[in-house]
Parts: sequence; C-alpha cells; structure tokens
Amino acid sequence: MNKSKVWKFGKDIDTDAIIPARYLNIQDEKELGLRCMEGIRPGFAVMVTPGDVIMADSNFGCGSSREHAPIAIKGAGIKCVVAKSFARIFYRNCINIGLPIFECQEAVDATDEGDIVLVNLETGEIINESKNLRFQAMPLPPFAREIAEAGGLIEYAKKFLL
Amino acid sequence: MGMTAAEKILARHAGKSKVKAGEFVFANVDLVMGNDITFPITIEEFKRLGATKVFDRDKIVLVPDHFTPNKDLKSAENAKIVREFARKYEITNYFEVGRMGIEHALLPEQGLVLPGELIVGSDSHTCTYGALGAFGTGIGSTDAAVAMATGKVWFRVPETIKFVFTGKLQKWVSGKDLILAVIGKIGVDGALYKIMEFCGEVIDNLSIDSRFTMCNMAIEAGAKTAFIAPDETALEYVRTRAKREYKIETSDPDADYANVIEINVSNLEPQVACPHSPANVRPVSAVKNVPIDQVVIGSCTNGRIEDLRVAASILKGKKLHPNVRMLIFPGTQQIYREALAEGLIDIFIEAGAVFSTPTCGPCLGGHMGLLAEGERAISTTNRNFIGRMGHPKSEVYLSNPAVAAASGILGRICSPEEVE
Repeated sequence: MNKSKVWKFGKDIDTDAIIPARYLNIQDEKELGLRCMEGIRPGFAVMVTPGDVIMADSNFGCGSSREHAPIAIKGAGIKCVVAKSFARIFYRNCINIGLPIFECQEAVDATDEGDIVLVNLETGEIINESKNLRFQAMPLPPFAREIAEAGGLIEYAKKFLL
Repeated sequence: MGMTAAEKILARHAGKSKVKAGEFVFANVDLVMGNDITFPITIEEFKRLGATKVFDRDKIVLVPDHFTPNKDLKSAENAKIVREFARKYEITNYFEVGRMGIEHALLPEQGLVLPGELIVGSDSHTCTYGALGAFGTGIGSTDAAVAMATGKVWFRVPETIKFVFTGKLQKWVSGKDLILAVIGKIGVDGALYKIMEFCGEVIDNLSIDSRFTMCNMAIEAGAKTAFIAPDETALEYVRTRAKREYKIETSDPDADYANVIEINVSNLEPQVACPHSPANVRPVSAVKNVPIDQVVIGSCTNGRIEDLRVAASILKGKKLHPNVRMLIFPGTQQIYREALAEGLIDIFIEAGAVFSTPTCGPCLGGHMGLLAEGERAISTTNRNFIGRMGHPKSEVYLSNPAVAAASGILGRICSPEEVE
C-alpha cells in the first residue's frame, strides 16, 4: 500500500465544481485532469501528486451525469475518493469506469487536509498514519463489486452481456 | 404488500414478476438517449466493447443540443462524431440542428417517451419523463455504450418518497415553485437514490408543462427520478403523439413508501433559489431588490410554450431595464413556431430581448450568454452551482418564468405583481 496525501472537500461537491461544463468538449483524461476542481480550488491539478486521495463530506458528485467528472479526477492522478456518501449517477460512473470509491463517515470526520493515509483498494481499509487511526469503509454492494472487480462495466459486459 | 410504480416498471423490464427496493437488476430499456457532449465518450466505449452493431436502431435517440449550433471547433468535431455514428448505424431518431430541440422537451413532444417505459439518457435531467409516467433516468457515457450495444442497464431498485400536494395555488405560482419549495425543504440530497412520486389535488390540476418542470428538477434533490401517475392530462398529451403501444403503471394503494410528505401550498408565493445551491430557496419577497445583469428564460426546465406565454404576458408592451440583457430559449422548433404564430416572439423582441434557436448553451455556461466576473443572473434553468453559467465569481438565482420576466423589467429580482 502506498502512502497518499489527503485533499479534503466539503459537502455537496457538484460535477460543475469537479469539471466546469465549458470543458465538456474534451474527452482526454489527462487534459480533463488539468481542469479538475478548477472553479472551487484553483491550481488543484498541479498541486496533486499521483496517488493522492480525495476525502469529502456527503453527496459528492451531485448534479450532472457527465462522466467527464470521474475521468477528470482520475486524470488528475487521484487514487480514490472517500466520502460520507455519493450522488447516484457519479457513484455508478465511478464503478463503471473503475475509479475506486469508498463510503466511510468516520474516516472523513477524523481526517484533515494534508494527512497521510494508506487506503487498501481491495479491502476498503483506511489507515490515517498522521493521526494513527484505522477505519473500515462500507463494502460495495456485491453486484457493484462484481463490475468493479471485472475492471469496469465494459470488461463486465464483454464477459457477461455480449 | 403492493409495489410502487417504479418497482413495477423495473420488474417488467427485468423480466421478473416482482422486485423490491434495494435489489440489483439488469433491465431492458425502451430507449437510450445521448447528446453532443456525453455521446463522443459513449462511442469510444462502444468501440472498446468491441460492439459492431446497436441493439435496436429505433430505440436510440441522438440529440446534438448542448454545444450546438457548434460553439467552437472542438464542439464541431464532437457534433460530427455523433452525426457520423448516427449515419453509420442508421439511427432512426437523430435530430440535426434546425430540427432538434432541447432533448427533454423534444423527446416527449416527438412521442418518444410513453407511460410505463424505461428510458435512459446520458444526461441527468432524463428524470423529466416522470411527468408522463415513464421511468426516465440519467446514466453515464459508459452505461450508454453498454445500453446501446445490449439494450441493458444495471439498476439498484430505488425506494419511493410520496409527496402529496394539497391546497390551491396562488397566481404566478407554478410547477417550478412547487419543486423549488420541495428541494428547499428536503435539501440537495433529500431524495438520494430515491424516486420522488408527486400526487395530490394540486398535481391533478397541474398542466403537463408544469409537471415536466417539476420532474425535471428531481435530480436536484439527488433523486433517481420523479414519477406522476398518468391521468387524463398526461394521456391527452401522449395519445396524439404515441407511435407504439404502451402500458400504464401506477403504485398500488398498499405500496411500500420510504416516506410520505404532505405539503400545503395555499400560502406558497413564487420561490427563488439563491446562489449557490438549488436548495437555498427563499420566497421571492425575501430576495427583492437584488440587482441583476442577465435574465435567461428557457431550457429543459422552463422552455415550453406555457413558460413562454407566461413570460410574454408580463413583457407585453413593456421594455427591459436598460442594464439587463434577456435571453429566451424555446425548448424545440415546434415551440418556436407556436411562439411565432401566437405573436410571442414579437413581444419579446419589442421588449428588447434575444430570442434564440433551441440550445442548452447558457444553462451550463457552455455558450450563448456566459456571465462575466461579478455578474448576476436570474434564470428559469435548474442549477445555480458555483460557475454554472460562467465565471466562478458570477451568481445565478433560479425562478419561474414570471419572476424572471418581471425582474428583467425592473432590473432587480421582483414579484410579478410589481409590474402588473
């Protein structure tokens, strides 16, 4: 498990905040990554070190269905998003494209911006090294887990739907 | 225990006699919709899937409505990608610029949305179709790719919250105010993963256009979709348009609801959602005197003929405040023609407003009317997030068309009564 620095966000972070709509004519992951969180935290993309983690309060990813949002987060080099809860279209988009997400209220409450954490993407174990705390995220529902473990919806569909 | 309408629709489309909230299913959809910003990614994923054909060319709808007429070179390339895909796979329902409309106004108008159907679109406001008793919901581009190839989408069967509206609506209060009041009450995640089912005497008497507006904004409360049981108002709209059979579904009297919320609307005045959240809702009397630079009337929320009629009734014979720009966007070409035939466009132009071809443009800060730093708009659209209509330091207030039109005349947010 690699060490990750935490970037902390509040509640109801919407998809316009994650990637403003004027960039929706872009599809390239890296290019979208450069614009990630531009409106609410200018310079975010350049400050992130690949492997960092986003931690956010409730209803992360609310608003539009744009898959550009999780793609931009991936493109910025973020390893995974931990939140108290996720908006539903964002949630399914993450599962479908293979951006790991975890629901864990306690970890979000106890973690501050800049803390160093270790997140086990397989088990959902979150260790906050800065504060010497350990958390367990809620497991994905089995059905969503099957899609995630297949590597996303495209790989899943190749195996089971075509 | 009976089933909710949403459970019935999902069960039927999953080939099951019964499903329960919380269960995961793969369901066969009746329609897959994509637009010029979400669909290019869908096409890439479709290729990655190795798909060589679409599941049913009659059940795919492509609407280039967001950054069209092409806002820049990149958008032109995207529109071209969608157009070429439509030609290659002989998609029946591809709507070119000049024939297209804003997708959620266009699809119902064209008879492509029918009661009891399961419809997915790579646009979050696909929940609009609940106004006709359909289960319409927003999905991502990858979902759309798999749906286009296989006709299947995965769902977690959602719980339903029932909202019962009682009382009598005051003048100038419409569907927009009802939904803003609800979002203000329950918050932007108040219906997370759930269906919002609207009913009660107020809904029974509500026009179809106002119902579309209400269902359109269910996503702003985090809902999976909205639903209104089809009645004579809905069926009258559907009958002349439907080109295929459909099956009406309604919730059983003993269906299991997550919650039932009663709202008396007799004292409700027009509502305004203040920056930067659709849940930051106040009565218009509490936000009077906020100066504005721009008014936007239109979008998939409030770009229907009833909305334009209301705006025109207020603007007739009046001039806009000199500091205000007003942009009006009809939902579809058909609505445009109706507005033309009824003399509404003349009223708008006489007042000093812009009347545009249908496009999503300004609603999401795409094109056709972005806000500069420090500028403020009142808009009949659905979102007022930070930077939604342009600069991160601009502001958007959301309202119904009557409040928006009246505010254009006085140059500040006001109640329609002030200009009557």
